[in-house]
Amino acid sequence: MPMLRTPEQASPMASPKSFIWTRRIVLTLLLLFVLTPVYVMLSSSLKSLQDVQGSFKWIPSSFSYHPYIDIWKTVPLAHYFLNSLIVSVSATVFSVAVAIFAAYGVSRYRFPGRRIFTVTVLSTQMFPGILFLLPLYLIFVNIGNNTGIHLQGSRLGLIITYLTFSLPFSIWMLVGYFDSIPRDLDEAAKVDGCGPFGALFRVVVPAAVPGIVAVCVYAFMTAWGEVLFASVMTNSSTRTLAVGLREYATQNDVYWNQVMAASLVVSVPVVAGFLLLQRYLVAGLTAGAVK
Amino acid sequence: MRNSSTSSRLLAATALVAALGLTVAGCSSSSDSGKSSGGKSSSSSGSLAGTTITYWASNQGTSLDNDKQVLTPELNKFTQQTGIKVKLEVIGWADLLNRILAATTSGEGPDVLNIGNTWSASLQATGALMPWDDAAFTKIGGKSRWAPASIAAAGAAGQDPAAVPLYSMAYGLYYNKKMFADAGIANPPKTWDELVADGKKLTKNGHYGLAVEGGNGSENIHHAFVLAKQRGSDWFDSSGKATFTTPANVAAVKQYVDFVGANGIAAKGDAEYAQNQTITDFATGKAAMMMWQSAATSIKAHGMTPDQYGVVPVPTQTANPTGDAAVTSMVAGINLAVFKNTKHQDAAVQLVKFLTSTPEQKILNGTYGSLPPVTEAQSDPAFQTPDLKVLGQVLSTSAAPLPQVPNESQFETLVGTAVKNLFADAAAGKDVSTDTVKAELDKAQQQMPAS
Amino acid sequence: MTATAPPRSAPEAGPSGGKSAGGGRLRLRVPTKLRQIGLPYLLLLPALALELLIHIVPMVFGIVISFKKLTLFYISHWNQAPWANFDNYHTAIKFNQPVGQALLHSFWVTCAFTVLSVGLSWLIGTAAAILMQDSFRGRALLRAIFLVPYALPVYAAVITWTFMFQQDTGLVNHVLHDQLHLTSNKPFWLIGDNSFWALLTVSVWKSWPFAFLALMAGLQNIPRELYEAAAMDGAGIWQQIRRITMPSLRPVNQVLVLVLFLWTFNDFNTPYVMFGQSAPKQADLISIHIYQSSFVTWNFGSGSAMSVLLLLFLLVVTAVYLLLTSRRRSDADA
Repeated sequence: MPMLRTPEQASPMASPKSFIWTRRIVLTLLLLFVLTPVYVMLSSSLKSLQDVQGSFKWIPSSFSYHPYIDIWKTVPLAHYFLNSLIVSVSATVFSVAVAIFAAYGVSRYRFPGRRIFTVTVLSTQMFPGILFLLPLYLIFVNIGNNTGIHLQGSRLGLIITYLTFSLPFSIWMLVGYFDSIPRDLDEAAKVDGCGPFGALFRVVVPAAVPGIVAVCVYAFMTAWGEVLFASVMTNSSTRTLAVGLREYATQNDVYWNQVMAASLVVSVPVVAGFLLLQRYLVAGLTAGAVK
Repeated sequence: MRNSSTSSRLLAATALVAALGLTVAGCSSSSDSGKSSGGKSSSSSGSLAGTTITYWASNQGTSLDNDKQVLTPELNKFTQQTGIKVKLEVIGWADLLNRILAATTSGEGPDVLNIGNTWSASLQATGALMPWDDAAFTKIGGKSRWAPASIAAAGAAGQDPAAVPLYSMAYGLYYNKKMFADAGIANPPKTWDELVADGKKLTKNGHYGLAVEGGNGSENIHHAFVLAKQRGSDWFDSSGKATFTTPANVAAVKQYVDFVGANGIAAKGDAEYAQNQTITDFATGKAAMMMWQSAATSIKAHGMTPDQYGVVPVPTQTANPTGDAAVTSMVAGINLAVFKNTKHQDAAVQLVKFLTSTPEQKILNGTYGSLPPVTEAQSDPAFQTPDLKVLGQVLSTSAAPLPQVPNESQFETLVGTAVKNLFADAAAGKDVSTDTVKAELDKAQQQMPAS
Repeated sequence: MTATAPPRSAPEAGPSGGKSAGGGRLRLRVPTKLRQIGLPYLLLLPALALELLIHIVPMVFGIVISFKKLTLFYISHWNQAPWANFDNYHTAIKFNQPVGQALLHSFWVTCAFTVLSVGLSWLIGTAAAILMQDSFRGRALLRAIFLVPYALPVYAAVITWTFMFQQDTGLVNHVLHDQLHLTSNKPFWLIGDNSFWALLTVSVWKSWPFAFLALMAGLQNIPRELYEAAAMDGAGIWQQIRRITMPSLRPVNQVLVLVLFLWTFNDFNTPYVMFGQSAPKQADLISIHIYQSSFVTWNFGSGSAMSVLLLLFLLVVTAVYLLLTSRRRSDADA
């Protein structure tokens, strides 16, 4: 029986009927679970405001494309989108870069303080955000007053904050992925004359691409969806989408149809990004990291 | 192999340096953001012209952008008159209190800001707002320009107000004219007994007499407050101690919850309403009545025209009551405050003076569909539409401020949640008796902080 | 576990030295020995510095606050707030008093919620990752679709779910009651007992794609020889999953489950968007509870004290978890 692994090689006879049927049923159910709310969003986004909260019908009685035009006027959506993109991408890039170095250190070296480091870093993830939101804000304000670096209310402050949010788990997950890459590979590379960084970038990183991509997605989404800190640490010029979307809800009127339309519009690029990352997610060891 | 390994080493070293140099990179990029927010401390005292002040406006219009469009031309007028520039930021309600909190703690905030008037006493207790003593009021035309009820909702009794009333609103009973006519009801109810009787006539075939926002803590508080007031009861005694469990308060909460429970004139589903579904239900004819504040624009947005509904004061316990028994609404509204830490207090007061001047009061309240707390502005034709006339009448004769105590937010959270839980019980078909109400309120009271 | 890998001193690639710029020069100057010892620390430095600034210092600050009487009367000059000693903690843990009672209740709700949510998310994520390891038509598309819940803005996604859970007009009751006739009445989902299950559903919907993603990446590193060898031994597909896939995923799982646990336990966004500032008793998660006790009522002393208690609990759980799973791992390796 051939192996399960590589997609290209798996032949139909690899999997018994029971497996195929399990797969069909489970994946269909999951698909329904995932897509039902998306469908509700889509159909709500195509309704006029007075219909949105009416009784649910699978097929709406009337359609309106107006929400998709109005979203840009009600809220500076494009501006918020850009802010979110800048903040999330920067936070992701820095977080993953910092995490790769740290994870490499933890995975490949034994040194005094290694355990303390991993435990300390991991424990930071346990702090309830509410415990340090206010102190962090005060620290940012003080840094601003003493050094002139404006962290509070700026994108930079948000980037630094978010990058540390994802950092602990990024490190931990990467340690896990790095550990699963046979050490012989980077040992061999070192014997070949690569230094430790050479081994990291020529062997470990390419072999861990799926893991790194997964971590990137994690870091990106952590920054993309954060609400609590963004609501206090941004102002109208640096506001991100996650908080900006709430502006479709005003005191008495909530433009539900526009909330849904806007959410779908801003999610399209993100999902498209996922699609593009697909092939890296399945690259892995086979992708020719080892020569 | 060797060459490439060197270049990758180089790459690695550069990447590490880049990662380490993050803070350095931070310095350079922060200079742009510094520019945008750094204008505040530019001018020294002396002439106010050329000063720039920051104004945090709350969301009053149909969107934040709409607010900007409404306020910008007015603020330009102000700049023309005084030479003071205003940096406007409109902040949504979801963020406003947290932003004020952050500003209060750090001492870095706007110069002038809008606050919900129920927050007045809490914010007053923090000491973050400039108190409006008589001297300050004189600068903006004297306290007597405002309706007394609105001033009473601007800070704790016996202290200088923490803010100046800017926009006012009041609750009214909205009713669907056609549904009333179809059910053979000639006049909207004046007492609660009439409301329940009418409600029962209107409740049939999936239509209900009344809609209530049972899952919304603030709404629950506003109604419980009025129903208790009509019984002559308050939620705090004169020393600021919570008195949630007085028989009158228990009866008030029970009366409100019974609309869903015992009376059954509101849909059970109302118990989970927290996203203004009440307006939807009213505008779509699912419910014939609702108690709401300044709902005209929202009702219209949901497709109901002004001629299809009427507005009257919220009912009372008995016909033709006097004193507290006649109260039919809380004093709802927005106040304007000056941040105590401002470096431009005079300029800030100038802005307050401008926004509360009679012409601006007419323009702004007229645009937002609220009522001017400045009495002189109230006679303007903009406020003589049938519904606003009624609400204006309510505000000047039968509205009372919510308790102005520092712990108002605890009150709102705890009692609001208690009522929400009782609604949930009623919707689940559980019996909501005086004892269950009392037990819930007792639990809420015990969680109130001692001071 | 494989023996610790001592950093092998790579023979210097001599000729390239002249070509390299700053990085290379730095390398040459530092003695090899020192570099070897210093290297791991250098690697960890950026991470440590950032965590210190954003997490550790503010957290120490937070712990200090928990011993202060930082109510709204003091927040504008918080450095002058009086010490409360252990008062904030006393109030929080007096479990026979309403405040403590509510906190304890909320704690248990959160525990139950977290265990169920993490368990289900992990289960679904694992199942999907394994089922999709094999290539089939539409796999790439399906994979992208499965990540959609993760990509949608939390606010909109959760609001959509509340729409679906509305008693009178929602999709859930439309299906259960109107179409399948499973219930005699339309049940409530957003209030009362069911609110717990509604919250759980949304939470699982939101977090399983992350488990899926992490595990899918983990599956890529399992050497195919293992499967070949097992197949040679006559192991069927289910046995291969049990004997090879699952053990190989253990390092990833160890972290993943912990991630999900901490994440779910501290989740604030989902309950906040779903229920607002006051959740129904049955779904009163501790994050909302603490938010209420600090941000809504501006009593940061008591809110911080509750957070510190929570932190201690999570530290203990994590320590025990790591101890147990690491021992299992080394046992397995031995």
